[in-house]
Amino acid sequence: MSFPSPDATMLPGPNPGLETAAAHGQPAWVLLAYLAAGVCFILALRGLSSPATSQRGNRLGMIGMAIAMVTTLLTHYPKHAYASPPGNPFDARIDFTTLSLILAAIAIGAVIGLVTARRIQMTAMPQLVAAFHSLVGLAAVLVGAAAYLNPEAFGIATSFTPIASQTVVNIFPVSRIELGLGVAIGAITFSGSVIAFLKLNGNMSGSPILLPARHLINLATLGAILLLIAYFTQHQSPWVFFTVMALSFAIGFLLIIPIGGADMPVVVSMLNSYSGWAAAAMGFTLHNSAMIITGALVGSSGAILSYIMCRAMNRSFLSVIAGGFGATAAAASGEVIDRPYKRGSAEDAAFLMKQADKVIIVPGYGMAVAQAQHTLREMADLLKKEGVRVKYAIHPVAGRMPGHMNVLLAEANVPYDEVFELEDINSEFAQTDVAFVIGANDVTNPAAKTDKSSPIYGMPVLDVEKARTVLFIKRSMGGAGYAGVDNELFYRDNTMMLLSDAKKMVEEIVKALA
Amino acid sequence: MDLISIVSIFVLACFVGYFVVWSVTPALHTPLMAVTNAISSVIIVGALIAAAASGNPVAKWLGLLGVVLASINIFGGFAVTSRMLAMYKKKER
Repeated sequence: MSFPSPDATMLPGPNPGLETAAAHGQPAWVLLAYLAAGVCFILALRGLSSPATSQRGNRLGMIGMAIAMVTTLLTHYPKHAYASPPGNPFDARIDFTTLSLILAAIAIGAVIGLVTARRIQMTAMPQLVAAFHSLVGLAAVLVGAAAYLNPEAFGIATSFTPIASQTVVNIFPVSRIELGLGVAIGAITFSGSVIAFLKLNGNMSGSPILLPARHLINLATLGAILLLIAYFTQHQSPWVFFTVMALSFAIGFLLIIPIGGADMPVVVSMLNSYSGWAAAAMGFTLHNSAMIITGALVGSSGAILSYIMCRAMNRSFLSVIAGGFGATAAAASGEVIDRPYKRGSAEDAAFLMKQADKVIIVPGYGMAVAQAQHTLREMADLLKKEGVRVKYAIHPVAGRMPGHMNVLLAEANVPYDEVFELEDINSEFAQTDVAFVIGANDVTNPAAKTDKSSPIYGMPVLDVEKARTVLFIKRSMGGAGYAGVDNELFYRDNTMMLLSDAKKMVEEIVKALA
Repeated sequence: MDLISIVSIFVLACFVGYFVVWSVTPALHTPLMAVTNAISSVIIVGALIAAAASGNPVAKWLGLLGVVLASINIFGGFAVTSRMLAMYKKKER
């Protein structure tokens, strides 16, 4: 294994005659092709402004990716070192062994990706997204390591051969910063996403794991990474580069383990953002506009989604990242106070909704866990047949990732124009006969509006208690929501608790309605 | 391209990203994450360059592994996005 020489900056100045030029000077068509790919990616996101244009946007994204890959293969195909014989229209130096390896690598990835995309259940989408993020992160780390080991191939180094000594390869100082940052962000994305995946997939407990002095450890590690990257510009030794990588893997792990399951929407969005910044940093290294544009798009997309999620929980981004939410409150709510509540049966629920003029359904993570979305749509169809107006109300943090509930309802063939966001539907609860809460809890808690001591005080919530009747499906009366707080709603006069598994309860209601 | 032009592209693209992402309807936030995932795998460009370069066999194999990972993401990301988007339907009238 050969590394670039550790201390090339200290050697006598380069001999201009032997210096190889930086390979950033690419032909204009290449620059334009990458720009076109970047524009396709912008249009792909733009298409998502409405479901009607979204498919076209996705196809543009694929075209953009094809342009970027083909351009790279045309300009950087593998070649043998010997000179091409003159008069041959094809480059006779093409290294077909390596080329077929590359095509095989793409094919392997394509098969794995397509099979996964086809088989994955919609309820498992948060895990899949986390797993995909980890791959982007790891790919960034691998590219960074390859660029460090073979900097001339990336055009980020000068090399010269002093008389009677070994060739010295000297990575540009700017490229060293870009490489260091790219590898650090990529490694954080990777290990953070692996933890997020394990938590979302249930391989690891969703409750926060709190190390003593964790803030100190994290800050010290981050500081060390930044200092080492600064030192890397002076010394391109392997130990500096690989220590940055190792510390970044560690900090990604340390940052995510104290964050609880309910905060996962923020974490997933944040890692989405990081994967973008990692791509952008690599784009700077390669002077590649497609990568820079994509990185900026993805980076801002993840950042905006994190912001939307934090706002929907009335929490600051820093407090989410600091972690530990839900751990203390859950411990405190150990004493269960016996308060009177009304309990109803599936028949009662069916009767109430049949008589209603308007029903608003409020789904939450519990619906996803119980896979109740299809049965729920059946129930809504039966109600509509009875002349009941049915709408769905979705809180931005319902579920485990942004838009999770919308996808599940879409999967169950619920038309998207019956599904409304919090701010669009909240005023309608007052004129609603039945609010049907299935698998949601904290996002309906009126204490968020009134109780200043509640950990969720100030969080925007759905005003379900304003409906004439609230039907609330819950497995049992024990066990609070993810924030670990008791829900005032259960004990209200207009609330009827339906204690059962979400799917079983809805199935029984469907039977009673039919 | 010199450093100033790529910094300019980056800064302008951040603004484009800001406005484009705010215009995405909240109902499509999950597909948004899936598709951003797919496009951030444009990092495959770097992996392809590393895999094709001669000189350092370790770098080449790292590049090839990077190509596999990034293309899982590209094909998987776009496919799962299009599967999700196909489910969003308007009311039949």
